[in-house]
Amino acid sequence: MSAPSTNTPSIEKERVSTFVSITRVMLTGFMRDRTALFFTLAMPLIFLLLFGVLTKNAGTSHVKIAEVGQVAVLDSMPGDSRTELEKAVTITKYDDESVALQKVKKGDLDGLVEQGPNGQVVLRFSMSDQVKAGAVQTIVNSVVQQANQAASGQQPKFTLAPSQVEDNSLKAIQYLTPGLLGYAVATGAVFGTSLTLVNWRKRRVLRRLRLAPVSIGSVVAARVAVSVVVAFVQTAIFLVVATMPFFGLKLTGNWWLVLPLVVCATIAFMSIGFLTGAIAKTEEAASGISQIILLPMSFLGGAFIPIDNAPHWLQTVSRALPMRYLVTSAQSVLSKGGGVMDVLPAMGGLLAFAALFTAISWRFFSWDDA
Amino acid sequence: MTAAISADGIRKRYGDVQAVDGVSLTVETGEFHGILGPNGAGKTTTLEILEGIREPDEGRIELLGMAPWPRNAKLLPRIGVQFQASAFFVKLTARETIRTFASFYGVGPKRADAMLERVGLADSASVLTDKMSGGQAQRLSIACALAHDPELVFLDEPTTGLDPQARRNLWDLLRDINAEGRTVVLTTHYLDEAEVLCDRVSVMDHGKVLKTGAPAALVREIDDTVRVSVESGQLGVEAARELFAAAGAEIANLDDNGVSLAVSTRGPGPVLSVLAEQNALRGLEVRGATLEDVFLQLTGREYRA
Ligand SMILES: Nc1ncnc2c1ncn2[C@@H]1O[C@H](COP(=O)(O)OP(=O)(O)O)[C@@H](O)[C@H]1O
Ligand SMILES: [Mg+2]
Repeated sequence: MSAPSTNTPSIEKERVSTFVSITRVMLTGFMRDRTALFFTLAMPLIFLLLFGVLTKNAGTSHVKIAEVGQVAVLDSMPGDSRTELEKAVTITKYDDESVALQKVKKGDLDGLVEQGPNGQVVLRFSMSDQVKAGAVQTIVNSVVQQANQAASGQQPKFTLAPSQVEDNSLKAIQYLTPGLLGYAVATGAVFGTSLTLVNWRKRRVLRRLRLAPVSIGSVVAARVAVSVVVAFVQTAIFLVVATMPFFGLKLTGNWWLVLPLVVCATIAFMSIGFLTGAIAKTEEAASGISQIILLPMSFLGGAFIPIDNAPHWLQTVSRALPMRYLVTSAQSVLSKGGGVMDVLPAMGGLLAFAALFTAISWRFFSWDDA
Repeated sequence: MTAAISADGIRKRYGDVQAVDGVSLTVETGEFHGILGPNGAGKTTTLEILEGIREPDEGRIELLGMAPWPRNAKLLPRIGVQFQASAFFVKLTARETIRTFASFYGVGPKRADAMLERVGLADSASVLTDKMSGGQAQRLSIACALAHDPELVFLDEPTTGLDPQARRNLWDLLRDINAEGRTVVLTTHYLDEAEVLCDRVSVMDHGKVLKTGAPAALVREIDDTVRVSVESGQLGVEAARELFAAAGAEIANLDDNGVSLAVSTRGPGPVLSVLAEQNALRGLEVRGATLEDVFLQLTGREYRA
């Protein structure tokens, strides 16, 4: 036997070694947990791929119109103007008006243009897709304007530049990436924290830790470190996928600001996980409660669909949710040229949220089941 | 030598249940102390209070000269604890588990692995803890409690649920741990275990310590009591009581549990002659006292784990 030890290592060294080994335990547990891997890494990525493909052309102004018979303004366009126009519009010639009209009604075409009496240009469109309806009107209108100006012999004040319409509107991938990233980060942080807490309490690990000379600080720090690592992996995967030419996300200058933003958001979401884990007695309950919080928060926070057009009161509700701050600010810095001032207030808000929720959760926390 | 543990008047109540009802206990340094009692006697609660993970409602406790509650970081490296149910991280192997626990105390992987080998788990080092048998899990728990070389070790029913061979192997390990100079406090509901392992036993029931002493001394106190038993159904309890009294036999206890009629007595002679006269000797057994009789005498009822 070696004599009972009397040489206690320095507290500092012990903290570091505790932090390192608990971090390792949590990471190992995560990597060996297929369910956790699926829900935190695979599923958000599948969402991104799926939504990305489905909405690939949404949000752009590419419209399809029918030219019924001969329409002078279209036929007489100079070659290069016509080429410019066809970047935004696909024009198909139809001889029979009723066939074309039928297609507009069914939504196969966005509108039809025909030559009316007295040089009138008649545009008929369906209002089923308001964005496209607007685009059709704008484009046809500008074509007619241009033709008028050309006919009056004046130098055109405006020329049709359909590409501008496209750039100003938000491409789907530009809101999908930050939105679904927000959902992914929230899933990882909420579930990671909540399930670790419940599992460790239920399996008496928390109580065993209390009997070891480890500080709560190093355990909490380890959990934060692991959640941040997971969130960074999610961010990396998302950015790599979204910037592939197929999806075509173009990062703007300060995109890296998304990293400190994700750290703060992770801490905020962890505080939600802390609350659900402190309240729930079983893993099933913890998952259920977390999901009940996570899904509405994601919808209201704009993770799945932009909420700019949502009713005013919903927007107010969303301002109380950490998801909104992450999604909005990430959108801004990733692809809309946002800078430090676009993320700093959000980061402050996220940390304040975390402090509040941690304080609330602490009241429900217990080391032991009984 | 100062006592490793001294506890005085500990009480703990859970709602309507008085789980621990005024326990006082002294454990000397180097002692192997057993807390013996049936399920629900309050052993685990007592142990948890001594370890410092549960606050007593009342009572004063000193462990190695320090108070265990509130959590005392100076004390923690000097004690080792094994819970009644294992406390392992999910999805880790045995080796990863003990190395992790060891690291909390600044103990390196080499020593952790050596401890694993010592409890006979070297071959199962790469097995996930969820996949281990009951005996393996108990041994790993004990190894984790010992990795940092504590002076004082608490073990809560370490052999419950093990097969006889595994139990015996564990006994050898526990004896060695104690022989190295560590103080060991162990709870058990096995009488034979307490008798074989412990220097002293505290017999517990209903939250109270009924008696404390060396197993041999406890038995010796009722030493002259002999237990005579025969098969049930040959003689009624009341009839037997009258006959024994008439024959002048001094009876400490008499009962019939439906299987056997058992008599504890200081004078087996008259008892045996009465049973012979009544032709009620089928299944006759006569034996000296054990801890079971101690419990019986202390509580007035049969010991049932
Ligand atoms: N956390 C608890 N909450 C409520 N009752 C408890 C709790 N722990 C133990 N008890 C009760 O206290 C009594 C003593 O339990 P325990 O100390 O576990 O006994 P033992 O370990 O001897 O089996 C039992 O009646 C048990 O049901
Ligand atoms: Mg118990």
